[in-house]
Amino acid sequence: MKITLFIPCFIDTLYPRVGISMVQILEKLGHVVTFPEALVCCGQPPFNSGYWPEARQVARPVLQGLADAEVVVIGSGSCGAMMKVFYTELFAGEPEEAAARALSAKCYEFSDFLVNQLGVTDLGAVFPHKVTIHDGCHGLREMNGKAPPRALLKQVRGLELVEMAEAETCCGFGGTFATKFPAISSAMGEVKCASAAATDADFVVSNDSSCLMHLQGLLSREGRPLKTIHLAEILASV
Amino acid sequence: MTERDKILQRIRLALKNPAPMPGAHGSATGLRAARTAAESARDWLPQVGPSPGDWMTLFTKHCSDLKTEIVVVGDAAAAQEQLRRLALAEQWQRVATHGAGEAAEAAGALGLPVLSTDGGYDAKELEACDAGISGCDALIAQTGSILLTARSGGGRALSVLPPHHVVVARREQLVPDLPAAFAWLHHCYGPADWPSMMTLITGPSRTGDIERILVLGAHGPKKLTVLVY
Amino acid sequence: MNPHAVQFQSDAGRLAADLTHRQRIQSAMAKYGAARGPRQALFRDWQEGRQTAAETKWAGLNQLDEHLVAFEKNATARGTQVHWTSTSEQARQVIVDILQRHRAQRIVKSKVMTSEEIHLNQLLESLGFQVVESDLGEYIQQLKGEPPYHFVFPCMHLSREEISDLFENHLGTAQTHDPEELTMIARRVLRQKYIEADVGITGANFLVAETGMVSITENEGNARLTAALPRVMITLVGIEKILPRLSDLALFLPMLATAGTGQPLTCYNTMYGGPRQPGEVDGPEEWHVVLLDNNRTTLLADPEQRDALHCIRCGACLNVCPIFKNVGGFSYGTTYQGPIGSVITPHLRGLQDWKHLSGASTLCGACTETCPVKIDLHHHLLHNRRNGVQQGGSRGEGLLWRAFAFLMNHPRLYGLAVRLGRLAQPLQNMIAGEALDPLQAWTKTRELPELAPQSFREFWKNHRPALPQDQRRSS
Repeated sequence: MKITLFIPCFIDTLYPRVGISMVQILEKLGHVVTFPEALVCCGQPPFNSGYWPEARQVARPVLQGLADAEVVVIGSGSCGAMMKVFYTELFAGEPEEAAARALSAKCYEFSDFLVNQLGVTDLGAVFPHKVTIHDGCHGLREMNGKAPPRALLKQVRGLELVEMAEAETCCGFGGTFATKFPAISSAMGEVKCASAAATDADFVVSNDSSCLMHLQGLLSREGRPLKTIHLAEILASV
Repeated sequence: MTERDKILQRIRLALKNPAPMPGAHGSATGLRAARTAAESARDWLPQVGPSPGDWMTLFTKHCSDLKTEIVVVGDAAAAQEQLRRLALAEQWQRVATHGAGEAAEAAGALGLPVLSTDGGYDAKELEACDAGISGCDALIAQTGSILLTARSGGGRALSVLPPHHVVVARREQLVPDLPAAFAWLHHCYGPADWPSMMTLITGPSRTGDIERILVLGAHGPKKLTVLVY
Repeated sequence: MNPHAVQFQSDAGRLAADLTHRQRIQSAMAKYGAARGPRQALFRDWQEGRQTAAETKWAGLNQLDEHLVAFEKNATARGTQVHWTSTSEQARQVIVDILQRHRAQRIVKSKVMTSEEIHLNQLLESLGFQVVESDLGEYIQQLKGEPPYHFVFPCMHLSREEISDLFENHLGTAQTHDPEELTMIARRVLRQKYIEADVGITGANFLVAETGMVSITENEGNARLTAALPRVMITLVGIEKILPRLSDLALFLPMLATAGTGQPLTCYNTMYGGPRQPGEVDGPEEWHVVLLDNNRTTLLADPEQRDALHCIRCGACLNVCPIFKNVGGFSYGTTYQGPIGSVITPHLRGLQDWKHLSGASTLCGACTETCPVKIDLHHHLLHNRRNGVQQGGSRGEGLLWRAFAFLMNHPRLYGLAVRLGRLAQPLQNMIAGEALDPLQAWTKTRELPELAPQSFREFWKNHRPALPQDQRRSS
């Protein structure tokens, strides 16, 4: 299958290992991976801030650039939800409405794509650590639910998965929310970090690097030994 | 123009723009007729078994969860006997009841002073009674509820003012679920003979307002007993 | 920034850092979650049930005018007096007129959120009426001189010790830390109030058009008593509470109880269809239903957010909201707190004054997921943000987003920015978290991630697929 990756700016610049892992995994499974380098951002930050014309300005090239793609796989539940769910709202009544609906139908979050489109759960990964999982809100509620990341982690050799309390509660990142309401954002993150730390895990895993950026920022500041890691990085570990 | 007309006019103006059907997210509206809760509630509500035996089992289980006392006996005489035991155990001095049905008969058989709400009553006197003994319209298996009205329950206050509410019910008054209970109300009182109060009572009065800790008898009765025969 | 927004930032920031408060709210909400989950699981099909509930409300609102007229006709046929009020002032005036006509002195209220909305108690007290709240939580809040903290759990932020102190100060009762004894103290005081009251004021959960009834949901029995003993009863209710048919309650009552508190049904669900009727033994001689618009028609006129009027005030969206759980109920400064409050308050009280509440969300969607009538809550938070910008966004922020869009649409410029960022990062690290730091909003509490030495794009430029073309599957 020809798979088009969408790599948002923060994975590109801060967490390139996540994108590289996705490429390695998909190519190992025998698929052709393409990456439209000109597409940097889905437009979620201005959209969530209420600046919809500016968001459309960012999103239009994405619609064009992905128009011919067979499937689009996204390594972040949040950007994925923007493209799958919120584009149709952003472009409702606009000339691009049909294009937005067409894109919505072929967008997949990475773990969901592996499990439900490719039918793969065992990638031969080895990761001999205790991990706990944080369900990123957009991946969880707008995209694919709880099952795919857990199905994949279950097959990883040596990995012990311990569920934390309230895994489904938001970590408090929320994009620009994190800097517009830093006190609330940090309080929510502290609650999440405490839940994760209570499992005694070595790693918090998620399929959303944006949540992990927030949590790692708090964990490092608090000096906790717990580390964060994206699901794709675990699945690419051999 | 009255305020009524102004409000109705604003509503009509507002409704000129149709809203999408729930869950449609901006796509075309009015694709199909809306489902109504009244017609399809039974399809979604919690399961109730098919037989009256199942209903009684479920009703009893709910009572136990809700802290409603339920006593199932063979006949009216046995129900009266149960009520006598209750009166003795709780040392009732005076009870309140209404009408001339099973509840009034059982209350009368106690040999205690009885306040009947039938012709009106003094609220302080009713409050001083140890128990309010009433009939009901139906018992509902699905939720463990008692359905009663201002008519079947001796007014609005008899079932809430005394500290112990005792319901005397016949076995055949047990209905499976809420749709059946509403159908019963329509059957008895519709289309225009409604009592001014109809209530579903689900357990004794309760509150969780202090630290979400359950306390019974917040304002209404602390105890609720259902005598079924 | 407007004063409401400043107040919110300050209160929310303070409470988010208050660990005692956080612990208390989180533990109360954990109890709610533990009760609700299993109860909801008993439904044959909760998801289809909520879709049906949403469609019933949708259809009801689509004919709101007809249903209200039918309600009025059916209610007045049985002696109920129906009053139509457009504003808070009108609703207050109608109520005061009724009280004065009956020379009422003592008034007992069961839970009436609409009366918080129109600030009724302050007015009645200033006119010399004795007003007592009878819902235990509301009674405690009245003694404390505070509005409800949560519109379903009014005093959930107080400990039993604080309540005991309050009772000691106001009622002269002995200290006790037993919730049961505390409840019994209130019971004894309030029993007297029902019996002495001239007028009872209630709210309502539903208006039934078909039969001209109101339905009131409660656990304590205080509404039952309020509607039974005083000789005049007043019900203040929003016009959006309409349900077309009596039997619609067969679905709405258990959904409200399940979503609200995790009960199969709340203890008392009572349908009132008039004042005392001929042949009945008790009940008020007069019953007045005061229908309140108070900008509900403004929200009705917005088809995008009209479904916010479906709300049955179960409070579930507050209970699952991670923002509410950290900032608490008072920070909002609104009658209706949490996600539903953030959505509707801009419509009821002005967008520019209240749009900041819609900004204070991570858009996690827990509210939308839990709502028993499927209100698109987090989408509406986005709509309010968009509307807020359209009707008066900040010039600086607009410029910022236009620059952002320009950057993201020019990959070379973006690449340059990334390289410049790498150069700047060591400088930034030196002042991280300090007042000079332009990223202080992040770095005050969090470490900043490091820009990777090689970006994904830089990796991709040199990337050659692992397998030759002809060995690849092309399914």
